[in-house]
Amino acid sequence: MFILNSKNNDAKHAKTVSVMTFADILKRSGISKRLIGFSLLTLLCLGTTNEVLAQQSTPSLTVPIAIVLEQATQPNSVLTSKLHAQDLAASGAQLGVSDSNTTGRFLNQHFTLTIIQDNNIKGLAQQVADWEQQHQGPIIAVGSDALLSTLLKHNSAQRLIINAGNQSDTWRTNQCQSGLLHTIPSQAMLSDALAQFMVLKRWQKWLLVSSNDPQDQTIAASYKRSAMRFGNKIVGQREWSFTTDLRRMAQQEVPALTQSKDYDVVIVTDAHNQYGFYLPYNTWLPRPVAGTHGLTPVAWHHSIEQWGAVQLQNRFNEFAGREMQNQDYAAWLAVRAIAEAATRSTSNKPEELYQYMMSDKFELAAFKGRKLTFRNFNGQLRQPIPLAQPNALVSQSPQQGFLHPLTDLDTLGYDKPEVKCKMDEV
Amino acid sequence: MKNFLLLSLLLINVAPTFAETAYVSNEKDDTISIIDLDKLEVVETIEVGMRPRGIIFNKDYSHLYICASESDAVQVLEVASNRIIHNLPSGEDPEQFALHKNDRHLYIANEDDAIVTVVDTKLRTVLAQIDVGVEPEGMAISPDGKWAINTTETTNMLHWIDTSSFQLVDNTLVDQRPRHVEFTRDGKQLWASSEIGGTVTVVDVESRNILNTIRFQVKGVHKDRVQPVGIKLTDDGKYAFVALGPSNHVAVVDAQSFEVLDYLLVGRRVWQLAFAKDQSLLLTTNGVSGDVSVIDVNKLDVIKTIRVGRYPWGIAVKP
Repeated sequence: MFILNSKNNDAKHAKTVSVMTFADILKRSGISKRLIGFSLLTLLCLGTTNEVLAQQSTPSLTVPIAIVLEQATQPNSVLTSKLHAQDLAASGAQLGVSDSNTTGRFLNQHFTLTIIQDNNIKGLAQQVADWEQQHQGPIIAVGSDALLSTLLKHNSAQRLIINAGNQSDTWRTNQCQSGLLHTIPSQAMLSDALAQFMVLKRWQKWLLVSSNDPQDQTIAASYKRSAMRFGNKIVGQREWSFTTDLRRMAQQEVPALTQSKDYDVVIVTDAHNQYGFYLPYNTWLPRPVAGTHGLTPVAWHHSIEQWGAVQLQNRFNEFAGREMQNQDYAAWLAVRAIAEAATRSTSNKPEELYQYMMSDKFELAAFKGRKLTFRNFNGQLRQPIPLAQPNALVSQSPQQGFLHPLTDLDTLGYDKPEVKCKMDEV
Repeated sequence: MKNFLLLSLLLINVAPTFAETAYVSNEKDDTISIIDLDKLEVVETIEVGMRPRGIIFNKDYSHLYICASESDAVQVLEVASNRIIHNLPSGEDPEQFALHKNDRHLYIANEDDAIVTVVDTKLRTVLAQIDVGVEPEGMAISPDGKWAINTTETTNMLHWIDTSSFQLVDNTLVDQRPRHVEFTRDGKQLWASSEIGGTVTVVDVESRNILNTIRFQVKGVHKDRVQPVGIKLTDDGKYAFVALGPSNHVAVVDAQSFEVLDYLLVGRRVWQLAFAKDQSLLLTTNGVSGDVSVIDVNKLDVIKTIRVGRYPWGIAVKP
């Protein structure tokens, strides 16, 4: 197994996993299309398969990367099919390391990945401390505000922490700081992406359905901001307060909840997957549902096939045996950004990698149809936001006509004048 | 007399096939459109394998090789009969390829597998498989036949393969997502497009050093949408034409000074290019609008648009 559950506090036991090459993966997964193809080819083959010669002239460079995963407990009311995969984000990072090592072979560069996971922040901090005694490298974080605070407090100088899981806008507006980057889109980027699409469709009267859960409230606040920003109007708000399992009752209850004279679309903000899925097709008026359910703004979606993405989807499916999700993509991006910076700057020092990523020279191809760069005013990776329904890609924001003096990608999320942090402070 | 009549009838029937033609692969239709270059219209559409992309002719134009990506095959079309006569062992997901000047060795980029497969087209056997970076795409063979160059889209490299040993001997790092490579006629320079980087890199073949990086700026189009893919260089060394993808323009570059001279508006999402009529015409495949634009090379002007199938991708011209 190469997913490590390194709960052991002893640094000697915190194993470093060097991600396998694809040939290894295929061997591991048994018969695959490629192997069949290969056998046929071998039968036909007169010559021999050639191995690549790495350029031994270039000095070798190893970049150790750690991914820190806080495994939050999931509410037991979540539909079984919607539970988070155990290897969420970790598989994305592993694929990123595998992709980067293929490039690294030709440049004598090697990337390693250590997976640190726990449901306890203290335990994670201890394991990170142990890892850092032996390694100096970038850390990818997937977890709560508390996890990010702990990692930042603990690891103050010469650091590079890439957030691939936390969407809170606080980290992009007030608490952004030097050495902290984000590859996962912020909540504001997501709601802005949807709001632009709504303007384009002229679905500008929104009925907002939320609950009193703090995270739902945060998402709802983000939609309120985006509505204002792009000229949409919230015509009504409903609070979801059902505590019973509605499985057989949704057809009766949801129309009553969404009863209103007029709205173009229902915006739902269900962070924990508790009720959002009851809304489509059950609303009082025959209207689409969007937000956390229905039409959703996402970092990534399995239905994306444009811009050469089929190759990435295929690689991930073969590697992980499931579809690529938001946090897998954000973790893959984090590793690819690290590798790109290491390849171009020929450095493995976290602070030098950070400087390169924040410079004008950095750009990343990431299957979204255009190059991605970091916002140097808050460390957020600029990226188009796909809008997807469960089975297909519907659109991708920024929508045409939303202009910005620098790049239309900065019409999504908090822009420079709204950000209050000094990135040069370590 | 009877024989003479028969002969004349035959000649009349055969005559149209002597017109210069362009073959265009339609990625989403699984077809190839044949354009008569005198009439500038589609005269025939042939059904081929799934997701046809790169296409090239052999030396005497008797066969057309077709990368049928989703059929995992390189198909061989007999030009005289317009029929697929057999498949070559290609490796998985062939996307682009190049034919060695020996008219036998086909170098195929296998996009899903991170390998380049070399196939002997006569014996229909695999000669070698060479490990390259992630998502191999563009292929070109130097005019002297010494080098096979492959681009890898996620690794961002040009891989230099020695065709005498089938060994990878060097790599050149270029901008994001290199798509296409093209040698100058004298073999001294290698031009490579980087789709997401938005640049074309010109490499000196002898030293393998980068000579120049060309950038583009299309008026009214955001620079992120300027995405170079196909490249064609005129034999007289005067021009380089670069297809700029979703910016819907073809750039005209001075091949000596590397200066961009002009941008020509063509169809939507322009990808591949081919010369016709002794390089007096340049044809472009426009994926999204489903057509081919015809550019007059002397006037640097678009003179016609020809509707073909859905998502035209590759293009090859038979004189």
